[in-house]
Amino acid sequence: MAEGNDTLQERLSSEYSAGFVTDIESETLPPGLDEDTVRHISAKKEEPRWMTDWRLQAYRRWRTMHPPRWAHVQFPPIDFQAISYFSAPKGDRPKSLEEVDPEILSTYEKLGIPLHEQEALAGVERPRVAVDAVFDSVSVATTFRETLREAGVVFCSIADAVREYPELVRKYLGSVVPRADNFYAALNSAVFSDGSFVYIPKHTRCPMELSTYFRINAQNTGQFERTLIIADEGAYVSYLEGCTAPMRDENQLHAAVVELVALDDAEIKYSTVQNWFPGDAEGRGGIYNFVTKRGACLGARSKISWTQVETGSAITWKYPSVVLRGDGSTGEFYSVALTNNRQQADTGTKMLHIGRNTKSTIISKGISAGQSQNSYRGRVRMNPAATGARNYTQCDSLLIGDRCGAHTFPFIESRIPSAIVEHEATTSKVNEDQLFLCQQRGIDPEKAISMIVNGFCKEVFRQLPMEFAVEAGKLLEVSLEGAVG
Amino acid sequence: MLEITDLHARAAGKPILKGIDLVVRPGEVHAIMGPNGSGKSTLANALAGRPDVEVTAGDMRLVGTSLIGLAPEERAHLGLFLAFQYPVEIPGVSNMEFLKAAVDSHNKALERDELSAASFVALVREAASRLHLAPEFLRRGVNAGFSGGEKKRNEILQMLLLEPRLAVLDETDSGLDIDALRTVASGVNAFASEANAVLLITHYQRLLDHITPDFVHVLLDGRIARTGDKSLAHALEADGYARLAESGT
Repeated sequence: MAEGNDTLQERLSSEYSAGFVTDIESETLPPGLDEDTVRHISAKKEEPRWMTDWRLQAYRRWRTMHPPRWAHVQFPPIDFQAISYFSAPKGDRPKSLEEVDPEILSTYEKLGIPLHEQEALAGVERPRVAVDAVFDSVSVATTFRETLREAGVVFCSIADAVREYPELVRKYLGSVVPRADNFYAALNSAVFSDGSFVYIPKHTRCPMELSTYFRINAQNTGQFERTLIIADEGAYVSYLEGCTAPMRDENQLHAAVVELVALDDAEIKYSTVQNWFPGDAEGRGGIYNFVTKRGACLGARSKISWTQVETGSAITWKYPSVVLRGDGSTGEFYSVALTNNRQQADTGTKMLHIGRNTKSTIISKGISAGQSQNSYRGRVRMNPAATGARNYTQCDSLLIGDRCGAHTFPFIESRIPSAIVEHEATTSKVNEDQLFLCQQRGIDPEKAISMIVNGFCKEVFRQLPMEFAVEAGKLLEVSLEGAVG
Repeated sequence: MLEITDLHARAAGKPILKGIDLVVRPGEVHAIMGPNGSGKSTLANALAGRPDVEVTAGDMRLVGTSLIGLAPEERAHLGLFLAFQYPVEIPGVSNMEFLKAAVDSHNKALERDELSAASFVALVREAASRLHLAPEFLRRGVNAGFSGGEKKRNEILQMLLLEPRLAVLDETDSGLDIDALRTVASGVNAFASEANAVLLITHYQRLLDHITPDFVHVLLDGRIARTGDKSLAHALEADGYARLAESGT
């Protein structure tokens, strides 16, 4: 049925609609990385001395480290001296939305990201979402800061947080992902540019969804964002991040670090819709998405839930994890990773059970089309003290066509006999019979594939905030265009 | 309604249909019978445009339009429906969602107004209850975990909702117990009208006890060997296909 697969294939190729470039004047550091680069970034952000030193220590560690080689991905070595580590729109940081460059505002408008508080307020039907917009290396706007402040919630760029909330930043930055955790985390710690900072005070339910929208615009520039979210005792927050970049022929590096901290009875729900430029059909260009995301359930009965929909990037290397330290804490990981054309993804999670009666759930859905490679990599570890710990893992792979690959690398380490670990895995294909059934009922093949794939992902989409679930479904549809055969 | 002339077709590279001629008029029910491997399913698949069946000669016309070269969904929009012998599962896609997509696609192709969600649900519920399908059946994934009988009744449900001009039922009776067979047959009988036509493909005569055909055709080695009325089916039941093959054509 090779012929059938070709048709499947044709339907998976599509235009990347976020691939435009915004024409603005930027101030970009020349390529290269040394201690002066780190000092320069720190000075640009008017950071206190302790922050500069923190970065320099990270940089020194990074120089002694090597990129990880164990992932099931292939790419030529990256020349870290050929990358520019800082790029920002020219001029002072805007103090309010009115001061933001109209070109930048229209960029976010084109991407469907609301940066106008009034507009969002007027739409009674639409739930309000506060947005932190990060453009290349800087945050250009954060909406609803005032409204949130009234509720005691802090939502600002990490650069502002370093200046305005130094105690919180000093206490928690690097506490979940240490500076020398891994090669890319160390690099990020040295050169991180911007990202979001969230603090939800005790017994506060954040009054709206928070989101950060990352946009890489400048050429030949890496984006190294850093996000830190702290939910104090009994607090709740739902947070979403989205990402896009212009279409370019060369690869660009995105090495982010996200740290989440949940104290007693706190809950953090973190959702990602990742749509970085995936490269073209021949595998030219695209983002290298090398990201370290980890949450610490420090408090008793705390909960951290990661939901990710990964459709973009040439290469994805990311394992949003949870350290379950508090007794009775819960970690969740829901993932849809779609690869098409020549994309490669090595993604999954780690659940480290330390506290008693800790629970974790992993639901991973991998979809491979074209000549892509899609791997799930997971580690579930039950420490000796984690009595009553439980994990449930379900890992499903869906193949479209016969030139792609799906791989599963689950690692389970249980050092305590009472722990319960369940693992289920399936691999299936979108087959010609399903497609033919749909077509016979009048449904065109493109719609049919998207329906089949959406059905496959349903368990994960259910975890996303409603409006984003619709987005994710659409994104999947676009990413799959031309994948049918 | 349907006009097949000198149809030759290959399946998996092998010649299967070797010159089929058949005319089906509105209001008629035709039964196609024949032993395994005689080409019954290939005929159904050739009509519906399954990619692995290749038409090498001849023509098939539905309401005057040639089906050759049309995509399966275009044939469906023209009014061709195929009830599958082995309906496949689509996990995670609810039956209701699937039915809605199917009906919407027809309405769009035929430039009819889209049904409101409420009237669509009412329509589906009504049809499902006629087939003794419980409402929760509509929320489950398409054919996922359905029994053999449920899958076949689900096919008939789709037929009732799509209101095709020509319904081709490929071995719809296989794997059904007698109650399910009766339910399916009454669904087909309720559907059949002067405005449409039914092509029943079956190995056994027993379905024809419940749905009375106007014509019975016997397919042997890719050709229609005999055509008769209902009594031909009874003769086959008594004597078997081998006898018919011996008696020559």
